[in-house]
Amino acid sequence: MMKLGARTAPSRSLRPCRVSLGGRAMQRAAALVRRGCCPGTPGPWGRSQSSAAAEASAVLKVRPQRSRRERILTLESMNPQVKAVEYAVRGPIVLKAVELELELQRGIKKPFTEVIRANIGDAQAMGQQPITFLRQVMALCTYPNLLDSPSFPEDAKKRARRILQACGGNSLGSYSASQGVNCIREDVAAYITRRDGGVPADPDNIYLTTGASDGISTILKILVSGGGKSRTGVLIPIPQYPLYSAVISELDAVQVNYYLDEENCWALNVNELRRAVREAKEHCDPKVLCIINPGNPTGQVQSRKCIEDVIHFAWEEKLFLLADEVYQDNVYSPGCRFHSFKKVLHEMGPEYSSNVELASFHSTSKGYMGECGYRGGYMEVINLHPEIKGQLVKLLSVRLCPPVSGQAAMDIVVNPPVPGEESFEQFRREKESVLGDLAKKAKLTEDLFNQVPGVQCNPLQGAMYAFPRIFLPARAVEAAQAHTMAPDMFYCMKLLEETGICVVPGSGFGQREGTYHFRMTILPPVEKLRTVLQKVKEFHIKFLEKYA
Amino acid sequence: MGVLEGCGGKETAVGAVSCSKLPVPIRIIHHPLTLMVILGKTMGIKKPFTEVIRANIGDAQAMGQQPITFLRQVMALCTYPNLLDSPSFPEDAKKRARRILQACGGNSLGSYSASQGVNCIREDVAAYITRRDGGVPADPDNIYLTTGASDGISTILKILVSGGGKSRTGVLIPIPQYPLYSAVISELDAVQVNYYLDEENCWALNVNELRRAVREAKEHCDPKVLCIINPGNPTGQVQSRKCIEDVIHFAWEEKLFLLADEVYQDNVYSPGCRFHSFKKVLHEMGPEYSSNVELASFHSTSKGYMGECGYRGGYMEVINLHPEIKGQLVKLLSVRLCPPVSGQAAMDIVVNPPVPGEESFEQFRREKESVLGDLAKKAKLTEDLFNQVPGVQCNPLQGAMYAFPRIFLPARAVEAAQAHTMAPDMFYCMKLLEETGICVVPGSGFGQREGTYHFRMTILPPVEKLRTVLQKVKEFHIKFLEKYA
Repeated sequence: MMKLGARTAPSRSLRPCRVSLGGRAMQRAAALVRRGCCPGTPGPWGRSQSSAAAEASAVLKVRPQRSRRERILTLESMNPQVKAVEYAVRGPIVLKAVELELELQRGIKKPFTEVIRANIGDAQAMGQQPITFLRQVMALCTYPNLLDSPSFPEDAKKRARRILQACGGNSLGSYSASQGVNCIREDVAAYITRRDGGVPADPDNIYLTTGASDGISTILKILVSGGGKSRTGVLIPIPQYPLYSAVISELDAVQVNYYLDEENCWALNVNELRRAVREAKEHCDPKVLCIINPGNPTGQVQSRKCIEDVIHFAWEEKLFLLADEVYQDNVYSPGCRFHSFKKVLHEMGPEYSSNVELASFHSTSKGYMGECGYRGGYMEVINLHPEIKGQLVKLLSVRLCPPVSGQAAMDIVVNPPVPGEESFEQFRREKESVLGDLAKKAKLTEDLFNQVPGVQCNPLQGAMYAFPRIFLPARAVEAAQAHTMAPDMFYCMKLLEETGICVVPGSGFGQREGTYHFRMTILPPVEKLRTVLQKVKEFHIKFLEKYA
Repeated sequence: MGVLEGCGGKETAVGAVSCSKLPVPIRIIHHPLTLMVILGKTMGIKKPFTEVIRANIGDAQAMGQQPITFLRQVMALCTYPNLLDSPSFPEDAKKRARRILQACGGNSLGSYSASQGVNCIREDVAAYITRRDGGVPADPDNIYLTTGASDGISTILKILVSGGGKSRTGVLIPIPQYPLYSAVISELDAVQVNYYLDEENCWALNVNELRRAVREAKEHCDPKVLCIINPGNPTGQVQSRKCIEDVIHFAWEEKLFLLADEVYQDNVYSPGCRFHSFKKVLHEMGPEYSSNVELASFHSTSKGYMGECGYRGGYMEVINLHPEIKGQLVKLLSVRLCPPVSGQAAMDIVVNPPVPGEESFEQFRREKESVLGDLAKKAKLTEDLFNQVPGVQCNPLQGAMYAFPRIFLPARAVEAAQAHTMAPDMFYCMKLLEETGICVVPGSGFGQREGTYHFRMTILPPVEKLRTVLQKVKEFHIKFLEKYA
């Protein structure tokens, strides 16, 4: 770790200039620094860094500085839990992608003409069109003068009026209750009841959130307690979505890994859960079990049997269940179906359904609507102690309320046009087009990856990512180590530099020691995705040759 | 017993109360911020009032304030870009919408933005700050768009807090304060260090009091952060330039990281008062200060004249933040992916409104002046009417949007409150709510000098309604004094 003030004390700034750095490198490095890529240290994103960031570091060290005092807020003085946070989905590889985009814009020649951000599940950024009905309702809510416009359908107006009537001053511009707008929570509850074939949902158990991330971190925040060996342990799958590890680290909880079974389509194995809990009990108090179904980044869809086993295990071990079900509409493989934890829990009978504590999460960002920017989401809690509900609302109320526009978007997701309504046909067409394309792309991606030597890809049963295993030659691993990078980070960085394709190394999600992966979204349009996959294939073959 | 057990209805650090003891159908949400939000219907029970007036929170549009037309036009265009072809939207709104959309992934508000916020919006914010501060430059790289100002404040505090025992970070906050601060400090297990505003002197901040607070705090923690709310919430004072200079000098001297909560920067009413940004004053104090003092300042779409609370738009500007910390900040923000893009778009319109010569300017100017003119009128009205009530004493509402009058409660009222195990001003506010339907927040939720009692009330209801509200409070207060005389 860099010592406090190493970059701030004037004496250090008098070191000789490394004039070998060209103007462009200087600019580039400065840009990196501006963008927040921290030079000179292990970096905020942990693990490894691009060479460009290293250059940035070199530049920064020699930049002449005014004499200034030691700062109050430094890497050494900051919150150590925050420092420990890692978040790969937007890590150094993305910073590098931004940098390459800027260079392309400035006309700098690259072996590619555009950067393809396959690192994140951001559907509309990849060209997916918003669901018309959703945006119509949102526009009507935003600017109610449009309620008089003949160019909006009546069913959209009806929904907009209903939402506005539930808002203070009939406006999206008012704060809502901290738990969310009442009628939207009612719509969410009705949606869950329909989805689960009649298993009842109570609007009082619904909390609207700022995307699912907000719900997950809020409930974890409430759950974590104790010190030393009684510090709360949180079980998460490996590979995981790095929100979990980041929040656990922020809260200074104990991360307890259970490994998904790659040989078995990334299935969750209860024996592995058992092993993880047994070992964890030696150094912490495992109290929370996080499940991502369908899986991110792994795309598996859990069988009903598996969910039952997990619930039984949670009951047995007294674990609070978090079910991240944001990909519930994204199931593609024939023979796979989404089963909600809520429904299975209910069907297992009262011993389970009135005891096991569960929070389940959904979002506007995934599914077929892909409305990431609105930050809409909800959380349903089951068997939460009434006093904890009070604590939860109190905690939520500190941030006042989730964005009301995101709540409105969530409403349309759970309350879309139904047969007989004016907008139904168009809605159905748009929804089926998105989901049909995704299913096609899931299959295409699996097939193409499995044609590449040294790549092995499980079926993408659901969600929106491929997480292929890549077999890297020993010389590539050595080359990566020479750059102090994780081998798959090295691979992904090369892929980005040579093809413009931005994917996230498996090390950002966690993987079994000695295995390497990357995560890539399947969101680009079909033809584009085919080109992307072709390019990855060519890159991979060249990479194997180079480091053979 | 469940995995997650309740606390047994005991009071918690941030002032929660159990709802079970309160009269049905009035149930109370557990936090001073939304304290006294009424849930449910009156269930047919006759009440001595016909509506509940939520004067507890600065929620302009819920009180009937109309949104700024231009802002909503741009937002609608961004939401549903088909409208860009509609002749019923003005060109200047379309221009702004196109610019925002072009900066969004896939030209859509539905894409994630960069975690720091949409680039062109950060540029607009920087240009706004530069204009506001008479040319003191602002760098878009120092701007972070946030989910309301609350998000920015809690994020920066989260980064700042460290150490254990006597070296645990101490955070100086004004008393009375906006309870976000105490809540976040408690969440982060930091040490709250109170400095008292001077009620006798229009709630002015006194640097000697800061000095006392730091000196005493050093015995049990490491005071490292100084929070300022200007214009004040709930106290409404507007800091003088001189006072800001003194505070900056003090922060420099004591090596304190400054947080300037400036969300009410457009809400200054008293003649003779002006808003001075910490950023500008810091710059004008010369390089020893301007290149050393670390500052984060906060703004929001929720207050001012636009009152767009629901969009959760806001920004934070950081000054002299260590480059490595900037990286840490972006990393931390990226865990929550990005602030709502619709809120970012709203923030853009707040900092980049129509200018003279543009089609929408006249209407915009009219709407803005109407809101701010009414607020100024209501600030004066409120001060005047409260000061006519015996046993109520109200400082001038120089800015923000609240009155925080001191109420002198008779000893028998204090005893009655204690018999209900309530803070005396909570007891008073509860009675006020039950008898008049007017919902205000007791001073104990904000902090106040021991033995003094206050409440916070917004001045956001329309003028005539506010007059009625104030009249009702007056009548209630007189009856209350009589009852507990």
